[in-house]
Amino acid sequence: MAAKGEPLINSERCKGCGLCIANCPKNILEMSKEFNSDGVTFPTLNDEETCTACTFCATMCPENAIQIRRF
Amino acid sequence: MSKMTYAFPQSLSETRTHYCAGCGHGIVHKLIAQVLDELNIREKTLLVAPVGCSVLAYKYLNVDGLEAAHGRAPAVATGLKRVQKDKIVLSYQGDGDLLAIGAGETIHAANRGEDITVIFLNNAIYGMTGGQMAPTTMEGQKTLTSPQGRDIADVGSAMRACELIDTLEAPYYIERCSVHDVKNVNRTKNAIKRAIKYQVEGRGYSFVEILSMCPTNWGLDPVKSAKWIEEDMVPYYPLKKFRDKGEEA
Amino acid sequence: MEEKILMKGNDAMAEAAIIAGCSHYFGYPITPQNEVPAYFAKRLPQVGGTFLQAESELAAISMVMGASAGGARVMTSTSSPGMSLKQEGISYMAGAKLPCVIANIMRGGPGLGGIAGSQADYFQATRGGGNGDYQTIVLAPGNVQELADLTILAFDLADKYRIPVIILGDGYLGQMSEPLVLPKPSGKTFEKPWAITGAKDRDPQFIASMRLTPENALEQLNLELQETYRVIRENEVITECYQCDDADTVLVAYGTAARIANKAVIKLREQGINAGLLRPKTLWPFPSEILRKITNDKKKVLTVEMSAGQMHEDVLLACDDKNKVDFYGRLGGALPKVDEIIERVKSYE
Ligand SMILES: Cc1ncc(C[n+]2csc(CCOP(=O)(O)OP(=O)(O)O)c2C)c(N)n1
Repeated sequence: MAAKGEPLINSERCKGCGLCIANCPKNILEMSKEFNSDGVTFPTLNDEETCTACTFCATMCPENAIQIRRF
Repeated sequence: MSKMTYAFPQSLSETRTHYCAGCGHGIVHKLIAQVLDELNIREKTLLVAPVGCSVLAYKYLNVDGLEAAHGRAPAVATGLKRVQKDKIVLSYQGDGDLLAIGAGETIHAANRGEDITVIFLNNAIYGMTGGQMAPTTMEGQKTLTSPQGRDIADVGSAMRACELIDTLEAPYYIERCSVHDVKNVNRTKNAIKRAIKYQVEGRGYSFVEILSMCPTNWGLDPVKSAKWIEEDMVPYYPLKKFRDKGEEA
Repeated sequence: MEEKILMKGNDAMAEAAIIAGCSHYFGYPITPQNEVPAYFAKRLPQVGGTFLQAESELAAISMVMGASAGGARVMTSTSSPGMSLKQEGISYMAGAKLPCVIANIMRGGPGLGGIAGSQADYFQATRGGGNGDYQTIVLAPGNVQELADLTILAFDLADKYRIPVIILGDGYLGQMSEPLVLPKPSGKTFEKPWAITGAKDRDPQFIASMRLTPENALEQLNLELQETYRVIRENEVITECYQCDDADTVLVAYGTAARIANKAVIKLREQGINAGLLRPKTLWPFPSEILRKITNDKKKVLTVEMSAGQMHEDVLLACDDKNKVDFYGRLGGALPKVDEIIERVKSYE
């Protein structure tokens, strides 16, 4: 199945709260292994095929660090 | 053609907030910014910031802002609105600000039907001062100043702002929402939009209470904090529209 | 000659405010200034302004802050216990550089005290009154005409320096009726580009007392305030000297106490004793320099007050020879007595 869109994650705005990951209905976000310059881990997409561009992750993001592009 | 379906709102400042990870203030700021964009009223919106974690809210939204003393935001908003009559005046407040030190100002601005919108963030604790008991702290909830848990025989039970304000004649719109999950964040946005739209139409006082996470002072991670709202707060603070005179009409 | 009309002090002040372009008034009832809100409630709607009775003095001064930030000329009034509550908002407005006019028609304290006029809030008025390193301009009218005239000035000074201005009257002055000529508007206008009016065709701006970053931002704000205070001290002192030139003893008094002191000077002169009266019309800035000059070549200085000696401290600070300086005051709403002043001055002979 082809992805309908993708989250654009601004890792520098992220504070690593994880609300996006917990609210992703497809479970395709996970915490990074790297750190941003504040020393926090941020979400990354682990499956580029499955995103439905539902915007749930962006909706829950308190930092407005995620934007959604629909293909 | 690809298109942005969730973009950075124009009314939100690029400035990074000082809020802790998972704090609900950030979500609510974003929702306000989205609503101001959608109603195209950023240029005529005036934000009165409270004393509390959101004391710098005017730096995070691309609107004109004004400080108020702790609890006095509705009175400051009253004075501002009565001068800038054609502007949209928002009073953004936490629970200590709105229901403890500012209880008088809250009730009377509501009772006058002041033509302002009050956005009330209820995180059941004093965030800024490091986690003391708030008027909205739940029975049994441990805080710095209720170390054994809130004892309602001693200090009374948690106060319900919407229900209090719902006893008054004048308010036009009263709703309680939450930002603990996607469905409720979307509902919160709709409530904020409706409340502000009513002010655009000059209909009078509107009040939106929002249950919101304070992971740091609750001692829970953000995801567990969201769960705590769902399981512990929502049963006590029912999420509903208490009044909508626009719908009745 | 211009027509004189008979007015109560409190009413005259309110009418003068409207003449000065005050469009908004917020207040909470308290004796002995209840005529002021009543007057505004009647008059402001007639001139397109807004009167609102607040739920408390805390709310009233906060409404004043909001209206001032919105760019309006705005006023509140109260009496002593209410002034204590207003300190919160006054401190915020001082820090946020917001202009407003606040009348304190003083009554006796501490606490609820009484309703008779008093001058016991001098410290509170001239030392900032709330938290932080700030000052307000304090004007001290001595009769109904001045209550009106100084109200016009109060609005101009507030706007000119972006500072709260206090009209410090007392219950006797507020309640007394005297003929006066209603003042004319000053004609001065002040641009308010700082006002909170919506970020249209400009960047968003905010008004706040809080400064957290950068590290020394709060000190910087304080230095700016202190610079403003310095300019005010240099330029805005107002005093009246009555028969000071050849006086051996100079009385120093303001407001209602000055009226009584004035009578004492007249009577003393009738008895061949050369007394004079120095009457500050601005209590902050205090006329220290003028006082120092006058007293250096006088025999004696006597402060007359309706307090335990609050302005007297400023008199002492101003005079080089503290031994020359004496105090006579009545407390808790009592009035100084002409005879007692005369007796005291005669004791210096
Ligand atoms: C007059 C006064 N009293 C106390 C404080 C200290 N203070 C700052 S914020 C706050 C409570 C804030 O809690 P709340 O309104 O619930 O907002 P939150 O920080 O949780 O968002 C207190 C007590 C103050 N700034 N001013």
